Amino acid sequence: MAVSLDEQLIQELALRREQRWSLYDHPNLIRAGSVMIFLILWEFYGRRVDPLLLTYPTAVAWAAVQLIWSGELIRQLLVSLGSLAAGFGASLLLGVGLGVAMGRSRLAEAILDPHVNALYATPQVALIPLLMMWFGLGFGVKVVVIFLFVFFPILINTVSGVKNVSASMVEVGRAYLASERQILFKVVFPAAVPFIMAGVRLAVGRGLVGMIVAELFTAITGLGAMLTLYGNLFETARMFVVIIVLGLLGIGLIQATQMLERRMARWKETERAVN
Amino acid sequence: MLEVRHLSKVFFEQNDSRKPGLVALYDICLTVRKKEFVCLLGPSGCGKTTLIRIVAGLLPADRGEVLVNGNPVTSPGRDRCMVFQQFGLLPWRTVLGNVEFGLEIEGVPREERRDISRKYLELVGLNGFEDYYPHQISGGMQQRVGIARALSKKPDILLMDEPFGAVDAQTREQLQEELLKIWAKTDTTVIFVTHSIDESIYLSDRVVVMHSRPGRIKEEVLVDLPRPRWEGDVKADPRFARLRTDIRESLRG
Amino acid sequence: MNALEEQALAEISLSPSKGFRVTDYLGLLRASSVILLLIVWEVFGRDVNPLFLSYPTAIARACVQLLISGEFQRQALGSLEVYAVGLVSSLVLGIFLGLLMGRYRLAEYLLDPYVYALDATPRVALIPLLLLWFGLGAPAKIAIVFLSGLFPVLMNTFSGVRTVSASLVDIGRVYGAGEAKIFTKIIVPAALPFIMAGVRLAVGRALIGIITAEMFTAVTGMGALLIRYSSAFATDKFFVPVIFLALLGVILSRAVELLQRRLAPWKETEGAL
Repeated sequence: MAVSLDEQLIQELALRREQRWSLYDHPNLIRAGSVMIFLILWEFYGRRVDPLLLTYPTAVAWAAVQLIWSGELIRQLLVSLGSLAAGFGASLLLGVGLGVAMGRSRLAEAILDPHVNALYATPQVALIPLLMMWFGLGFGVKVVVIFLFVFFPILINTVSGVKNVSASMVEVGRAYLASERQILFKVVFPAAVPFIMAGVRLAVGRGLVGMIVAELFTAITGLGAMLTLYGNLFETARMFVVIIVLGLLGIGLIQATQMLERRMARWKETERAVN
Repeated sequence: MLEVRHLSKVFFEQNDSRKPGLVALYDICLTVRKKEFVCLLGPSGCGKTTLIRIVAGLLPADRGEVLVNGNPVTSPGRDRCMVFQQFGLLPWRTVLGNVEFGLEIEGVPREERRDISRKYLELVGLNGFEDYYPHQISGGMQQRVGIARALSKKPDILLMDEPFGAVDAQTREQLQEELLKIWAKTDTTVIFVTHSIDESIYLSDRVVVMHSRPGRIKEEVLVDLPRPRWEGDVKADPRFARLRTDIRESLRG
Repeated sequence: MNALEEQALAEISLSPSKGFRVTDYLGLLRASSVILLLIVWEVFGRDVNPLFLSYPTAIARACVQLLISGEFQRQALGSLEVYAVGLVSSLVLGIFLGLLMGRYRLAEYLLDPYVYALDATPRVALIPLLLLWFGLGAPAKIAIVFLSGLFPVLMNTFSGVRTVSASLVDIGRVYGAGEAKIFTKIIVPAALPFIMAGVRLAVGRALIGIITAEMFTAVTGMGALLIRYSSAFATDKFFVPVIFLALLGVILSRAVELLQRRLAPWKETEGAL
C-alpha cells in the first residue's frame, strides 16, 4: 500500500533519474581494458627483447600448456601442497592447544611467554639455513619451516581470543553450574573461534611463503624448486607459469579460509587479527 | 529569510538507480523569519534530517527550491552552518583546532582565528579545555565544541540536527538552557531537528510537526510561552502541558 | 579512601590473606623460565656435536669476535643501506598509490587488477625472476625489499581512505571546503592511523625481504653471513646475525609504534589488513 503511494507520488512529481551511461558504472570494463592494453604492450615489447630476460604472454601460455601436459606441474604442486598440509596441520594442533593453555592459565603464560616472544621476534627466514643443517634437504625440513612460519599467528591469536572471552560470559557458565571443562568447551572455545580463524587467515599466507622459501633453498622438489631450476636455465616463460600458479594458489587458499571463517564464526561480524 | 518552496526528495534504490524507492519529502513548504527558533519534530523516517541536510546544501532537492535571503541554495554556504548529531568533531584535532576549522577553511589568519575561537570556547564555557582531544571529554562537552565551531562562523541560520540526541538526560537539559542563553545574545535563526516533544516546546517559537511515508508537514504549532524560559519552571506551566497534549495528538493523527 | 570507608573496612576486619600464591610471582617465574632454558641449553649444547648445536657462552664469544674484527658491522651497514632505500621508496609509492586509488575510482579500476594479483602472489616467488633481471647486486635486493614493503602500505592506505566516513567529509563541505582542502584536511588525517599501521607491517615485511634476498645472492649483507656461517657449520657465529636481526625487528617495530602514537594520538590503534 505504502509502496504504491510512493510510486504514485513519484509519478505525480514526474521524477525519473536520468540514466546517462557512465563508464564508472562498469568498473569491470575499465579493468578489462587496462589488463588488455597491458598484455598487448607486453606481447609487442616482450617479443623484441632478449627472450632470456623477458618473455611475453603467448610464450607463457605455451609454456603453461607444456607443463600441464607433461604432468610436471601437477606433480610438483601436489608435493608442495603435501608439505603445506602437514606443516599447517601440526601448527594448528599445537598452536591452538598451547594458545588455550596460555590464555587460560597465567602460570603457563608466564613460563612460555618469554620464549614465544623471542622466537616470534626473530625473522623466521633467518632460521632456514640452520634448519637445513639440522633436518637436511628433504620433505622434513619443508614441513618444519612451514610449521615455524604458521605457528605464531595461530598461537598469538588463540591466546588473545581466549583472553578476550569476557568475564561475564564465563560467569554465565558459572551461574549455570558448568564445570571447568564445560566452561572451556562450551564457552571459552566457541567464543575464541573467530580470533583463531583470524589467525588462520594470516597463517595461510605465511605458510605459503614458508613453503616457497624452503623449496627455493632446498631446490629439490616442489613449485619453489621449479622456480630455482628454471631460473638457472633462463626459462623465463616457465618461471612465469609457476609464479602464476603460486598466485592462484594464494588467492584460492585465502578465499577458502575466508569462507571457512565466515561459516565458523557466523555469529560474529568480523574479528580483528592480532599481528 | 529562509523559504522552502514545494520541496520534494526521492531516494532511489541503491543497486538500481532507475528504480525509485522512497519519497523522503513530499511538497514541503516552510517559511522561517529572521531570529526565529523553529523545531522540526517527527518520528524517525519522517525526513526531518533530510530536510535540514537539503537546507544545509549537503543534498540536492529533486523538486522545489530552498531560498536563503532570496538566493537559491545549491551548495553549503557561509550564511548557514550545521551542528551534527554525533557532534561531527574531527578526532585528530584538539578542541581549539576543531573550533578553528571553519575559520581555517575560510582562510582567516592563524592568530586571528585563535582569538576568535577562544572567545567562542569561552561562550560555551569550555575555556581551559583547548588542548584536549575530543575522545578525552564528555559527550556534552563535545557538542559544546560543535556549537562553538558553528557559531564562530557567525551564520545567519544555525542548523541543528538532533544535536542533543547522543547525551544523557541531565546534560541534555543543561545544554538546552545554555543554547537558549547563547541564542538570546545573537541574531541567529535556528532550525532544530528533534524527536522530543518537550525539547521542541521548551526551545522553539514554532514547532513544525512532520509525518512519515511520505515525509510531509502535518501542522505548525506556535509556542506562545514567555522568554526567557530558563527562569522558573516553564515545564510546570499549564500552557506547556496543553501544548504537549496538542502536539502529541498531532503526531498521532 | 575516606573516613567512613576506613571505618567500614576496620569494622568488617578484612585484611589481605598472606598465603603464598604462585600467581603473585609471575615476573620471577618468567625470569627463571628463561634462565633455566639457558642453563639446559648450555649444559646440553656442550655435549652434542658443535657442528649442529651451539651453546650460549659460545655464541657470546662468537659475538665478541665478530664485533672486534669489524666484519659484522660492515655487512650490517651494507644491509641497512639497501633496506632503507627499498623501504623508503616502497612507502612513498605505496602511500601515493593508496591515496590515489582510494580517492579516485578511475585510478582504482585501472590499477586494482595488478595490485590484487601482485598482492596475492607471494613476493618470495618473484625472487628468482628478479635476480635474473637485475643480477646479484644491490638493485635486485632493493627491488625485493621494495616489493615486500609496497603492498602492506598500499593496501592499508587504500582501505584507510575508503573507510573515511561520509559524515567526516560532510563536516568539510558544511564549512565550505573544496576538494583539495577535503583531501588534505579530512581524508589524509582520517586515514593516517591506517597508513601508519601499513607502515608498521611494511617495516617488518621489508626486513624479511632483505634477509631472503641476501640469503639468495649470498654475496654481502646479513643474509649472506647466515649462509656463509651455516655452510661452514659455524653454528655459534650463525646465531649472531640471527640475534641482531631479531633485535633490529623489535627496535624498528617499536620505533614505528612510537611514531604512530606521536602522529596519531587521537586514536589508539587501527586494524591492519
